[in-house]
Amino acid sequence: MEAFTTHTGTAVPLRRSSVDTDQIIPAEYLKRITRTGFHDGLFAAWKADPEFTLNRVEHRGASILVAGSDFGTGSSREHAVWALLDGGFRVVVSSRFGDIFCSNAGKSGLLTAQVHSDAVEELWRRVEEEPSTLVTVDLNKRQISTPLGFRASFEIDDYTRWRLLEGLDDVDVTLSQAHEISAHEDARPPWHPRTLPAQTGEVGVW
Amino acid sequence: MGRTLAEKVWDEHVVRRGEVGAEGEPDLLYIDLHLVHEVTSPQAFEGLRLAGRTVRRPDLTLATEDHNIPTTDLDQPIADPVSRTQVETLRLNCAEFGIRLHSLGDADQGIVHVVGPQLGLTQPGTTVVCGDSHTSTHGAFGALAFGIGTSEVEHVLATQTLPQSRPRTMAITVDGTLPPGVSAKDMVLALIAEVGIGGGQGYVVEYRGQAIRALSMEARMTICNMSIEWGAKAGLIAPDDTTFDYLRGRPHAPRGAHWDAAVEHWRSLATDEDATFDREVHLDASAVTPFVTWGTNPAQGVPLSGSVPDPETDADENERAAVRHALAYMDLQPGTPMRDIAVDTVFVGSCTNGRIEDLRAVAGVIAGRQVAADTRMLVVPGSTRVLLQAEAEGLDVVFKQAGAEWRGAGCSMCLGMNPDQLLPGERSASTSNRNFEGRQGKGGRTHLVSPQVAAATAVLGHLAAPSDLEGA
Repeated sequence: MEAFTTHTGTAVPLRRSSVDTDQIIPAEYLKRITRTGFHDGLFAAWKADPEFTLNRVEHRGASILVAGSDFGTGSSREHAVWALLDGGFRVVVSSRFGDIFCSNAGKSGLLTAQVHSDAVEELWRRVEEEPSTLVTVDLNKRQISTPLGFRASFEIDDYTRWRLLEGLDDVDVTLSQAHEISAHEDARPPWHPRTLPAQTGEVGVW
Repeated sequence: MGRTLAEKVWDEHVVRRGEVGAEGEPDLLYIDLHLVHEVTSPQAFEGLRLAGRTVRRPDLTLATEDHNIPTTDLDQPIADPVSRTQVETLRLNCAEFGIRLHSLGDADQGIVHVVGPQLGLTQPGTTVVCGDSHTSTHGAFGALAFGIGTSEVEHVLATQTLPQSRPRTMAITVDGTLPPGVSAKDMVLALIAEVGIGGGQGYVVEYRGQAIRALSMEARMTICNMSIEWGAKAGLIAPDDTTFDYLRGRPHAPRGAHWDAAVEHWRSLATDEDATFDREVHLDASAVTPFVTWGTNPAQGVPLSGSVPDPETDADENERAAVRHALAYMDLQPGTPMRDIAVDTVFVGSCTNGRIEDLRAVAGVIAGRQVAADTRMLVVPGSTRVLLQAEAEGLDVVFKQAGAEWRGAGCSMCLGMNPDQLLPGERSASTSNRNFEGRQGKGGRTHLVSPQVAAATAVLGHLAAPSDLEGA
């Protein structure tokens, strides 16, 4: 994963709350078996509207998405994160995120910056007024700022922040604790189920 | 101080306690059961291959085919080449990494969250994950079960663990008794409308109280399934005799002395009397009536006896905009009685309501009646075992005689990934879990309902409860 320390770019306002992951990328785009190339699926249904915020010429090239509350609710599809990354986004700002989306973002290097809803409103206002506003997101300081004096601190859990700053691969970190995993396995209760060998046959109890 | 059910299950699975420090290291949790399906796994297996890693515990992993598969023409290859490739990729990956797979045509194939419980693999006090947000279903057994993304799927395949930060705990206590004809689905839809779409965010929830205890295992699965729809990380119900009676004798349930030891341990998992929750919510089951959604998220619902809301009555500007947007998408006018809304399609199925009790409930309402002339009805069992059981009971005949379509097992019209989809502008009453824009097909409009409401709606052609059929 690419490390994230600070990012500066233009922002696009998405004045919608409860943007579920079905909207970020509809199910029909989930049939692919690759991890990249989801740009065409990003907000596919909404993009059909020429007035949709991401279609507007003044927001072209934006890398920071500023959305309403409860962004990324619903389905666990990590494709939503991949589609945003493929669409050029490095940061999503919202007052609340869906739990699984937030976790997925942290694994792939997309920063989810959780701010107070007043900060979202203020960013919307400033970016709509001046779309070329350069917004800086500093993960070290947990701060979002603009040259004309906007400052807001954002929340992100410490562990995700540390991993993003270091660009660490989770699996490597865990595998370094393999002996502790083995010790836990040795102590598991004997009745815990195993999928193998497969047991099947008629189920008589309904 | 006492501990809650969720805290006990959590503590038993900590491989390594996170060290408190600047990095805020989470706990490393052991995963007892990892369920896999074709949509969220191909990139995870590819990641393993690229890193030269293996699957640590194939014997704690189970795969099924569910999201992409058709529910008709099952003797034919999957027509959509992209779907076919994804399903074939799962088959190749499972063969390469030694994972048990229940493929199309296999008696144990079906929706992953229906298959795990029916095989007896979902057990109290275990941790269950799957690359699917409705993994919360398994919490009905007192398991800590939650959905994960593809990177986490890869992590579990490689290590059988997941780093997790300890969530907060919430109790949803439902007292009283559900009125006749009102189901667990109505209860959970009413709950979600009450607490809001993000009300559970950051919490593991325990459903408790008299009304929860009275529910069957399948009804409990319906409740826990929808936990994610109001943002909760997981939803659990303490295991009791209902749980043990359901599990006993299932293919992977413990046997003999192991069964006795397991039951004794499972009983000890109940939340201690002196345990405290970070948040508590109370609901009165006796006040719940048939409940339906009008909007484009599961919290946008009202009692069936109610009307489409007026966006202009909301004090919050963003909320007004959200309601206006939802009504425009749904093509609904404020003040329209919910019962006046005509539907084109009725869908019965999904991991929320695709189990045998759901099908029995639908058959009970629709037996001897006919699906309305301009309405089509799909009945899709959640697994092939459910299909076989329904056919053994003659339910398929009831559905077909009423004019409904009886299909093969799968996710079907719950999401637009397979041929079962709404057309643009079509309106459905659906027993599934999500009414998001385009969820059941591009431009489709979804009203979430219980199986009983779905059946009555199919007969009358507009949103309705079984009580509306009396004399019809």
